[in-house]
Amino acid sequence: KQWYQRRVRGKRVIDYAVKIRVRPDQLGVVTDGVKHSMNPFDENAVEEAVRMKQKKIVKEIIVASCGPSQAQETIRTALAMGADRGIHVELAKGEEALQPLAIAKIFAALVEKEKPDLVILGKQAIDDDSNQTTQLLAGLLNWPQGTMASVVEHSEGKLTITREIDGGLEDISVKLPAVISADLRLNEPRYATLPNIMRQRRRRSRR
Amino acid sequence: MTLRRSVIQLYKELQYMGREYPGGAAKFNTKCKQAFLNNSQEVDPVKIEMLIERGRFVQKEIEALYGLRKYRAMKHRYYDTEEMDLQTKGLKSSLKIYSGYFRNNEILCNSNDLKFE
Repeated sequence: KQWYQRRVRGKRVIDYAVKIRVRPDQLGVVTDGVKHSMNPFDENAVEEAVRMKQKKIVKEIIVASCGPSQAQETIRTALAMGADRGIHVELAKGEEALQPLAIAKIFAALVEKEKPDLVILGKQAIDDDSNQTTQLLAGLLNWPQGTMASVVEHSEGKLTITREIDGGLEDISVKLPAVISADLRLNEPRYATLPNIMRQRRRRSRR
Repeated sequence: MTLRRSVIQLYKELQYMGREYPGGAAKFNTKCKQAFLNNSQEVDPVKIEMLIERGRFVQKEIEALYGLRKYRAMKHRYYDTEEMDLQTKGLKSSLKIYSGYFRNNEILCNSNDLKFE
């Protein structure tokens, strides 16, 4: 049995159930005072990481998030779901609208530093719906990628991934280290209950 | 953990979960408080344990509700659900005819939703 280290990405977005309102100055969407939470696809990613850890395929889960200081809450949610460590890349007020390429570059730098064997991201963020970060990251790292994964199985340094594509399903096999993006049907994310969140509140994630 | 602390812990957890309640957090939290107040005079430890169990059950149900709600919302937004919508509509209307014959039609409807989504 081999144990790996894995990085998961959690993006802080406006909660999926919130009714979005356009700002009066027409320059964007109202975000002040609006409920934010972790991107649902990123929840699938974190859940997959935690399940792999429970199956002892993975030794350590690191969650990383780029965003303002409130992104700490997102990281804490992921820690409450079962991740081990959190890394918060803090962005100043004006830098919040970072494009996928910039995020991918930040992540590539993090990967160089932490050296995980597997990176899982959510398929796309529900606020910008770009579905690019995974692919860009894989390209920057020159790692194989399995995007839109709905089933991930592991065996001897390789992953067999079932992807959901337009025509149906596609099975691919990728060698680790690799980048995966989680799709909706990958798993059912667990709810981060209050006791777990309280436990994480005492931990501080690295900046 | 003493019974008293278990009850308080349960109450806190339910209040925390009430944040995301579809009808509004305030509505859920007041109902939750009322439910706890109604049973606040219990002294029989066995009965209290049963009530705590019921509270835990409700907690699990709400977790399932949130998960299902989120799944459905994502599914409708990102996937083509025209076919499945027609299917569920057809089945739901036929279920309405039969629901009069069954007491626990609520359970039937819920299980149907889970099957086709």
